[in-house]
Amino acid sequence: MSASTRTGFGRILVFVYGVFALAATARALVQLATQASDAPVAYSLSLFSGIVYIVATWALGTDHRRVALVTIVVELTGVLVIGTVSHPSDIDRASVWSDYGNGYGYVPLVLPFFGLWWLWRIGRGSAEER
Amino acid sequence: MLQIVLGVVAAVIALWLVILIVRGVQPNDWLYGALALLEVGLVAQLVVGLVRLSGDHAGVNVAAYVGYLIGSLVLLPVAFLWSVGERTRAGTGVLLVAVVVIPVLFLRLHDLWVAG
Repeated sequence: MSASTRTGFGRILVFVYGVFALAATARALVQLATQASDAPVAYSLSLFSGIVYIVATWALGTDHRRVALVTIVVELTGVLVIGTVSHPSDIDRASVWSDYGNGYGYVPLVLPFFGLWWLWRIGRGSAEER
Repeated sequence: MLQIVLGVVAAVIALWLVILIVRGVQPNDWLYGALALLEVGLVAQLVVGLVRLSGDHAGVNVAAYVGYLIGSLVLLPVAFLWSVGERTRAGTGVLLVAVVVIPVLFLRLHDLWVAG
């Protein structure tokens, strides 16, 4: 049996990504539906992060490693950039990535590192099998 | 009150899952029964939450509140289906993640209500 991004540790990783896909997307849709005019840029960003998590969940769950790598790099860039430019007091305009994911126990900051490590480990394992 | 009871149930199940993972034992029907019981409690929480919303709730973000109530219902069934796809420690770990997330959702619900 060849290694897949969705087995072993990957099974847990895909589930965590799925939880964030749901949380970030649902949050963005609620924000956009109820108070879109308050902070359209921040809420659109929320939606973007939700879509990134959805694609990452799908890619890791179906062993599409190149897509997974690209989305996780986008995710890491997003949480670092948004974390740096966002202000902790902007709670009303927050996205999942605000303040490095402080509102989510910093899991959004840690998750992409786990994702990259997992892709690297799986990739190395496949190379050894050949 | 209901959330405290459910939080304790979730904590007990989480501890149970940790023991199963450490010992490398697969969940038995008792554990799945406990998860089903927790899910029934979450359905009760949805009903209680909707009743509360029908009363005085000035300032509460209703959409977010209902979103968390419904989101908490989806969590366990999805985790169950995803975990039985791989009957290993990792599959059991998926259940553990789901059970740990539930008290976090309770805190969010509490914060949303207090903020209102």
